[in-house]
Amino acid sequence: MFQKFILLCLFLSVHLSVSAQNCNLTISGQIIDKHDNSNLQGAVIAINDSNTVVYSDENGNYKLENLCPGDLILKVTHPYCEPQTKKVTLKGNSVINFRLEHHLEELNEVLLKGKLYDKNLNSSISNQIKTEELENFSNASLGDALKTLSGVSSLNTGSSIVKPIIQGLHSSRVLIINDNVRLHDQQWGEDHAPNVDINSAANVTVIKGASALKYGGDAVGGTIVIEPQKAPLKDTLMGKTILTGATNGRGGTLATSLIKANSNGFNYRIQGSLKRLGDLESPNYQLTNTGQRENNISLGIGLNKIDYGIDFSYKLTNSEIGILRAAHIGNITDLEISINRQIPNFIDDFSYSITSPKQEVTHQIFKLSTFKKLKGIGEVNLQYSFQNNDRQEFDVRRGELRDKPAMDMNLKTHTLLAQLEWTALENFDSNFGVELNAQTNLPNPDTGVRRLIPDYDMYSVGAFATTEYDLSNKWKVDAGIRYDFSAIDAEKFYFESRWEQLNYDEIFPQFETNRIENGQIFTTPNFDYHNVSGTIGATHTFANDWQLITNLSSASRAPNPSELFSDGLHHSLARIELGELQIDSEQSFKIGAELQGTVDNFGFSLQPYYNHINNFIILEPSGADTSIRGAFPVWQYRQSDSRLFGVDASASYTYRNFDLVSNLAYVNGQDLEQDLPLINMPPFNIRNALTYRKTEWNNFYISFISQLVTEQNRFSDNNFDVRIINRTTGEFEEKEVDISTPPEAYHLLDIRSGMQFEFGKKRLQINLIVNNMLNASYRSYLNALRFYADEVGTNVMLQLKLNY
Amino acid sequence: MRTIKLLSLSLLATLLFSACSDDDEAPQVINEEEEITTLNVYLTPDNDTESLTFSFTDLDGGVSEPTIVNNGLQANTSYTGRIEFLNENESPVENITDEVIAEAEEHQVFFITETGLDVTIDYLDFDDNDDPLGVEFRLVAESVSSGNLTFILIHEGNKSTPEADGETDIEVTFDVTVE
Repeated sequence: MFQKFILLCLFLSVHLSVSAQNCNLTISGQIIDKHDNSNLQGAVIAINDSNTVVYSDENGNYKLENLCPGDLILKVTHPYCEPQTKKVTLKGNSVINFRLEHHLEELNEVLLKGKLYDKNLNSSISNQIKTEELENFSNASLGDALKTLSGVSSLNTGSSIVKPIIQGLHSSRVLIINDNVRLHDQQWGEDHAPNVDINSAANVTVIKGASALKYGGDAVGGTIVIEPQKAPLKDTLMGKTILTGATNGRGGTLATSLIKANSNGFNYRIQGSLKRLGDLESPNYQLTNTGQRENNISLGIGLNKIDYGIDFSYKLTNSEIGILRAAHIGNITDLEISINRQIPNFIDDFSYSITSPKQEVTHQIFKLSTFKKLKGIGEVNLQYSFQNNDRQEFDVRRGELRDKPAMDMNLKTHTLLAQLEWTALENFDSNFGVELNAQTNLPNPDTGVRRLIPDYDMYSVGAFATTEYDLSNKWKVDAGIRYDFSAIDAEKFYFESRWEQLNYDEIFPQFETNRIENGQIFTTPNFDYHNVSGTIGATHTFANDWQLITNLSSASRAPNPSELFSDGLHHSLARIELGELQIDSEQSFKIGAELQGTVDNFGFSLQPYYNHINNFIILEPSGADTSIRGAFPVWQYRQSDSRLFGVDASASYTYRNFDLVSNLAYVNGQDLEQDLPLINMPPFNIRNALTYRKTEWNNFYISFISQLVTEQNRFSDNNFDVRIINRTTGEFEEKEVDISTPPEAYHLLDIRSGMQFEFGKKRLQINLIVNNMLNASYRSYLNALRFYADEVGTNVMLQLKLNY
Repeated sequence: MRTIKLLSLSLLATLLFSACSDDDEAPQVINEEEEITTLNVYLTPDNDTESLTFSFTDLDGGVSEPTIVNNGLQANTSYTGRIEFLNENESPVENITDEVIAEAEEHQVFFITETGLDVTIDYLDFDDNDDPLGVEFRLVAESVSSGNLTFILIHEGNKSTPEADGETDIEVTFDVTVE
């Protein structure tokens, strides 16, 4: 839409051949906006060294009369265009049409802003984080940055593995789109952090709900859209380097990026970051084996010609993350002891070394994309991407197996995406697209540990159509629909005893083969899923510029591989997790609204929602197995109609040099069939940031950020009784293992301050960031390792940012 | 020209989809390598021959009922004992006891006797730091009694603490009778 406001320029020059006799020749033609094929009115067509000047009319037509044959230099200008000149040799009456290009500065804005997911375009309920805020999290993760938005929390495994939660939902229910590629990085795992380098993002948008259908129809929770810095269309070299040093972990991050752009549209980009952190520290003890290493790089090369373009990019993220040593336990007695001990059982001196348990993950994305603007139709996009995900998880093992991963999986995903943006109808902006996916999961059999997720091939096809319609200046409506088909073919060994225990020998005899080795039966489960999703919404702008957005969306999600196939011991929770082959898709129906506006210096946004989910897939306790390690609770996937409702709110107030921003979020989740609260719902939280700015002092600012997270009082009671040996008396005792009760409320205070210095075209920003300034010890309900240790204490970070 | 285009397109499509199904071979079975499936406790009364007194076998991680051997103890008898940890899901059967002994500093077997069971157990083997290991031990059965006898193998523990504060690799309890 923004593009339409911008006109294009023309350079016109016509040669006229020398001929002394006739001076009654004409040049006529039409001046057209190359960008969207509209007619350009008001372009000035002049002949050099004469007073002849004409203007193009409302249809873009012009006519120059009484011209003599010979060489002429024509100059065409337009208020929004760069002037151009061209020589023409005129021999007779000529018709010359001109297709003009945008003014460069205007175009830059289009390229930098126009392609973003613009929240004003449709009725999505969304929030956005900009570069400046993201840069504060250069040494942290995407999930940490997103948590600053109201309605977004995080599910942690320790403090380095951070998964975003949108309005109570996470993992497979949240799509992550990195530079227009949907991440396929084993995202089903609650302890699998998204493979995104936060330093590569220029802005991040969180769409709450399934209204961004072009990215997928299974966004039961929402969609996170990450946009990298785009290359502007001018001759420039843009560089940025951020160096962050942190006291907690005694390390830091170096991030740098360089963009070379040319006015002819050719550009290349390089961006990379390195992170090195040792063991983190809680207020009272060292968190042994919580170090982290990250190496990330992204490269891009492209040609952007306004009406067509082609771009190739490559991204690599590589991380090695230590998992708190004390969180690797052997059996339920160990868990019971850990919960009651209050401090971890492994506390060593600070170290940079990362040992088992740990994760090593490498994710690569190759992307080739191209677009072409079609006259009178719109724009077509074609994109191919390939993702290669290698995930290795190391457990505490013995002997030669010590350095072998216990889980080693490779996931390859090919995606072909074709889209047409159709803008031929006035007031309509429509999108049509088709997406083809082919995915292969290949677990390495050399681990010596039975596969958590089996070998599988998955093929899927999706098709969508969306449209936005401007009813009037005050009303906009939008609607969309998407269909996805997916087929999964798996090959899995089950223990025969488990296969029979789950009754699969009767329900799925067609998946059995004759191959049985060492008590394990080879099976070939395969399933097809059909999913339909849709959205409809409206945006109303009031006379006072307040805006009311309402949106109804339905997402449909096929079960993920872990929900179908999990089969094994989850070490940090000392439980056996079992998938369920009979699980079907879950379907959500979500109604969301947003009212936003300003009154003088006061601004507000209110986002209430209600999300009803049919066949919501949940993991819940279902019994116990007694192994040689002792008794273990068994958790199994099950489906149950559920609902979530809540409200996200934010408000801001500015007074002189001060501004105050408040965010709060409440969510209430309930399993309707069992009439019990859903597990892992973010507790009510409120965040207030008070900032003082003084532009005269080198853009000085200081912010005090207070976060209050209350105790979650609504939780499902999954505590269980076990008969365990009292290790002193040798007698069996009935003990209740309390894995449900959420930790107490906590309050954190952060401080940020900074100044900016200019040296010619270079700009240096210095920031001081202090997290958890009061060194509060606390545990978070949404941290899977809350049974083992406190969260990290004070962290002082010094950040230098240089733009050049 | 048209043929070439079609050919190259179909080639691309073939590449795309064949790349995703490069494991036409069926996957191989994985036998848990590190897992201990079996605990065997052999006891030798003084001046007599060794016999398998206690045994616990769990081949599938607890799905089906374990196989248990539980022979009683003789009152007023002193035994030398040894423990064997096996992985019977591997063929040939892997003897994990060797690894436990090789990494003695990281392992310790704990013997927990219920208060009513008149049995005492002492360590006979020690690691390089002179901390107990417990693969070999002396068991003395005193008066006629009965109660729980629990064997616990702790991995990567801190042996300076009384309970070795580590990770439980094995925890098996036998209801023992001294006759």
